[in-house]
Amino acid sequence: MVAKKHSLFDPGMIAQAVIEALKKLDPRSMVKNPVMFVTEVGAVVTTFGLVFRQGAEPVLFSLQVTLWLWFTVLFANFAEALAEGRGKAQANELRKTRTKTLANRLLADGSFEKTSADELRKGHLVLVSAGEIIPADGEIVYGVATVDESAITGESAPVIREAGGDRSAVTGGTRVLSDSIRVRVTANPGESFLDHMIRLIEGAKRQKTPNEIALTILLSALTIIFLVAIMTFKFFGIYSHVTFSVTVLVALLVCLIPTTIGGLLSAIGIAGIDRLVQKNVLAMSGRAVEAAGDVDVLLLDKTGTITLGDRQATEFLPAAGVCVEDLADAAQLASLADETPEGRSIVVLAKQYGLRGRSIMDMPNARFLPFTAQTRMSGVDVGETQIRKGAPDAVRDFIASPFPQEVEASARRVSQNGGTPLIVASGRRVLGVIHLKDIVKGGLKDRFERFRAMGIKTVMITGDNRLTAAAIAKEAGVDDFLAEARPEDKLSLIRNEQAAGHLVAMTGDGTNDAPALAQADVGVAMNTGTQAAKEAGNMVDLDSNPTKLIEVVEIGKQMLMTRGALTTFSIANDVAKYFAIIPAMLVSAFPVIGPLNLMRLGSPASAILSAVIFNALIIIALIPLALRGVRFRPLGAAVLLRRNLLIYGAGGLAVPFVGIKLIDLLVNGLGLV
Amino acid sequence: MDIFGWIQLALFVAVLFGLTKPVGIYLARVLDAKGATFLDPAIRPVERLIYRISGIDPDREQSWRQYAVSIIAFSLVGLLFTYAVLRLQNLLPLNPQGFGPVRPDLAFNTAASFTTNTNWQSYGGESTLSYFSQMVGLVFHNFVSAAMGIAVAVALIRGIAGHSAKSIGNFWVDLVRINLFLLLPICVFYSVFLVSQGVVQNFQPYVTAEVVERLEGTADSSQTIAQGPVASQAAIKMLGTNGGGYMNANAAHPYENPTPLSNFIQMLSIFLLPSGLTYTLGRMVKNQRHGWAVWLVMTLLVLAGTFAAWSSEAAGNPRMQTLGVSAADGNMEGKEVRFGIFGSALFATITTDASCGAVNAMHDSFTPLGGLVPLLNMQLGEVIFGGAGAGLYGMLVFVVLTVFLAGLMIGRTPEYLGKKIEAYDVKASAIAVLIPILFTLGFAALAAVSAWGVAGLNNAGPHGLSEMLYAYSSAAGNNGSAFAGLNANTPWYNTTLGIAMLAGRFLIIVPVLALAGDLARKKRVETSGGSFPVGGGTFVVLLTGTILIVGALTFLPALSLGPVVEHFTLYGSVRLF
Repeated sequence: MVAKKHSLFDPGMIAQAVIEALKKLDPRSMVKNPVMFVTEVGAVVTTFGLVFRQGAEPVLFSLQVTLWLWFTVLFANFAEALAEGRGKAQANELRKTRTKTLANRLLADGSFEKTSADELRKGHLVLVSAGEIIPADGEIVYGVATVDESAITGESAPVIREAGGDRSAVTGGTRVLSDSIRVRVTANPGESFLDHMIRLIEGAKRQKTPNEIALTILLSALTIIFLVAIMTFKFFGIYSHVTFSVTVLVALLVCLIPTTIGGLLSAIGIAGIDRLVQKNVLAMSGRAVEAAGDVDVLLLDKTGTITLGDRQATEFLPAAGVCVEDLADAAQLASLADETPEGRSIVVLAKQYGLRGRSIMDMPNARFLPFTAQTRMSGVDVGETQIRKGAPDAVRDFIASPFPQEVEASARRVSQNGGTPLIVASGRRVLGVIHLKDIVKGGLKDRFERFRAMGIKTVMITGDNRLTAAAIAKEAGVDDFLAEARPEDKLSLIRNEQAAGHLVAMTGDGTNDAPALAQADVGVAMNTGTQAAKEAGNMVDLDSNPTKLIEVVEIGKQMLMTRGALTTFSIANDVAKYFAIIPAMLVSAFPVIGPLNLMRLGSPASAILSAVIFNALIIIALIPLALRGVRFRPLGAAVLLRRNLLIYGAGGLAVPFVGIKLIDLLVNGLGLV
Repeated sequence: MDIFGWIQLALFVAVLFGLTKPVGIYLARVLDAKGATFLDPAIRPVERLIYRISGIDPDREQSWRQYAVSIIAFSLVGLLFTYAVLRLQNLLPLNPQGFGPVRPDLAFNTAASFTTNTNWQSYGGESTLSYFSQMVGLVFHNFVSAAMGIAVAVALIRGIAGHSAKSIGNFWVDLVRINLFLLLPICVFYSVFLVSQGVVQNFQPYVTAEVVERLEGTADSSQTIAQGPVASQAAIKMLGTNGGGYMNANAAHPYENPTPLSNFIQMLSIFLLPSGLTYTLGRMVKNQRHGWAVWLVMTLLVLAGTFAAWSSEAAGNPRMQTLGVSAADGNMEGKEVRFGIFGSALFATITTDASCGAVNAMHDSFTPLGGLVPLLNMQLGEVIFGGAGAGLYGMLVFVVLTVFLAGLMIGRTPEYLGKKIEAYDVKASAIAVLIPILFTLGFAALAAVSAWGVAGLNNAGPHGLSEMLYAYSSAAGNNGSAFAGLNANTPWYNTTLGIAMLAGRFLIIVPVLALAGDLARKKRVETSGGSFPVGGGTFVVLLTGTILIVGALTFLPALSLGPVVEHFTLYGSVRLF
């Protein structure tokens, strides 16, 4: 779609981000981020100190510390601006698809009126004909049409949209290719799906997610603690006859408060939403992405998610005394009017038994009965002969007598193997069983295995009977299944899981999925689905690929992991900074504490400056990690924790020792202080 | 660092480990209003009688707010009661020495001190307080304040273990049961044991004895030897981690802690309930690995502190060695010969790990690094076993913060034993951590630049700073031990220390109960392979790291001007302060 992948450091975007970073220095926007706000206040204080020449340090030193404090704030702003910029670029491309169109509005008296798309309101009816652009989001009330939705999905193949059922929703900005449809507008201008999407991507409506709020509280508490520690340090200094200048105290404070995570926190969140967009999934809020990481029960529709959408006829199992050709012949006849993929696969299979291809046109006398959800049978009446094919109980009702024993056994065997048995009957005589087989998608079993390791339970939802469901569940490797599921069963399953404290994710497209989608913690609506479904869910998959639920969960986890990794890293950094700055502050008054200068930094001034520079540069250095996210690994929590603790905890302890030492060598080499 | 020290240390840890499970199981029964104990036949009737007289409905559970209000109201009444007893002790019985009323600021300080389980003693027990004041005004608090700490800890555990619950127990029931089933029975036996070791227990007036060898340059030929009901008070002061000595010299006094055996048992009794509570935690949340992990973190920090203090004291004072003191003797200044270097170092570590505050040596006379250990122990928040109950709830606050900080790294929003840790919980935990820091550093900084603050110091320079830091760390941490060397019995010190003690107790209990209430209200998700592991090695490392980083980094700047500079000065120069 839209989501052309932008390289991380596109020069144009960087320039834009630099400008935005400067604009974000406005204290009114800074105050939303307490850690960086304190840093900015610190920078202002040292700037004043510099201008009014407070303190005894050389100007060059104070100037450099002040500049790097400002850089610290700017780098954090830059990270956020860069993350937002990537979203904005995508939104701009989306906006191009929104053209001013004229709509044919259908008035109450049946006449038409040319209306600008901006003037359409909810409830208006419009007529859209071939070649025209659909002026607003809506629902088809009459007609069927092929629609090119590539503008929003990137998928070039047109899709069929028709009144009634689950494929009635149309999106403003897409183009009708054939036929004409009447559409009831469902969104006012500015509230359409496209508008919503643009706003989401741009991050204009961005609110802090619950976990971000909690983390901000903790980071603020740490900031207050260090503020208390540094302010009282001044007093203890007075007692000890050591004078600490304001510049040095601010430098120490900024190094200790968690600026690394504070500066990157919002960029991580924006980047999470952005990664979803690149997978063609729109999250309605950052909260949804966070919830995706927490999900521990996945409800997966069997059809389309676990199995390929279509079942294939693979075998004819004739009843006693019926030859397989006769069964194939009857099956083919009964399926001629069955346009479902299953029906077509029966016709194809029958050809292997030497039957020539037949078409409806060849049989003028025949009366065809298409498959309906009510009868659950299809068939044909040729003269007096009624040939039927359908689900066992439907056919049993039709012939009004039990099946012969061997037919019953064949049907059961098919079910046990995860197939669907269809019974073919001619009049009251049962001819045999067709074996319809579900094809499980490749690679799922491994994936579910990894989910299990991460503590995520997968539940397959299917309308099939228990036997069939159990067999497919086993083949696909899901943990559990819900057979003979009706929409309300889905809803109650979700409620039960939630009552036990689980977070549930599901996909859905039909209107009858809407309540479950709304109830689920993460409800991914298919873009091909109804408007009701899209409104009920908190994500929309533009590709309408239900398997993507799995990737959504992975992206949510990746975002949370990135946040945790950088928090740990940020706090672990403090140890080295202490060993750089505290000895430097005390060594002139107490030369005996020289051994505490573990890193053997050149001079007190260079030690403090190096720590401040490291503290600023580490933000820049971690922007790529914040935007790309730490690598997702499907491991159990214990292994994952050990691994990340080693990388980001132990790494966070060690890296600044090396970094500050190197910067100190450079600072002294260049004679900066 | 001799072999006898190592043997004692190994024995201490082994006995503590062995007692943890049985004590933990017994605690769990006591803390369950319907739990059965072997004391039921004797005590149940008393328990029922108390409920009937005081109109407590033991089946009525309280919300966290009701629980907190009960605690505050009860403590306020206790505070005022003790204040009144001290102010009026000249009019009250059992005052054979005829002591006058206690000064208002000292009475406030003392009342606050005992109400908050701190037992900071600005007064000299045997020279200021009557038997009545000690037994009724103070010992009463030794029991109820310890019970209160345990009650809050258990309320928090109930919150963690609960599932969509509205209540966290009934404070009055917890208070009554902990006293009747736990503290009183143990103290009866414990006091008798102490008497067997030579601790006194009487109501006699003080004895005047002729000195055998007159001190050179003094005219005194006689010495007053204090008497009193010492054993009964010494038992609860250790078991309840109160620490307020009957005598001013506390556990260094031969009448309070006469033998190495009594010393060993007293150390053990400080840790007995906090250690048992870790097992109770594991049992109540049905995750014994978690209970043991918390125990292990505490034990590792005890061992680290002991090792640091012991090695520093054993190395001795280089300035003394130049004067001819053998290096092998270590730093014996301010230590009792019957306890020696190890017995003093271990006691100092234990009494400050737990917020007990009883002392058997002069902490002020420790080497700089040896003195840093008790100081840092208190500043870490009194969570290394900590006070009876208070240590566990302080530690659980750190656990919540640890889970929150690191929990995200497993790709889920933080979750502790199936409970989501959200903004409200973080806020409550952050306040609980912030309060002692604020009051310790705030008041110490104020004292450091005030005439009244500096006037109380025995020593100038870094050691003086350590004395002030120690006093406020001890007060805000509800420890009560003194570095000594600071004359804190002045209106300013008495008042600020009193405020720090009250803040360090109740401004932590309230957010902890809020945390308990919020956790109780949440659904509890069953833990799975994807849940944050709160047992095992990684968690132990993580929790230890969080405590050290949050606790130590906060105080490192201040400490660097105190013990750290003092240490380097001692070894690196000839400067004296």
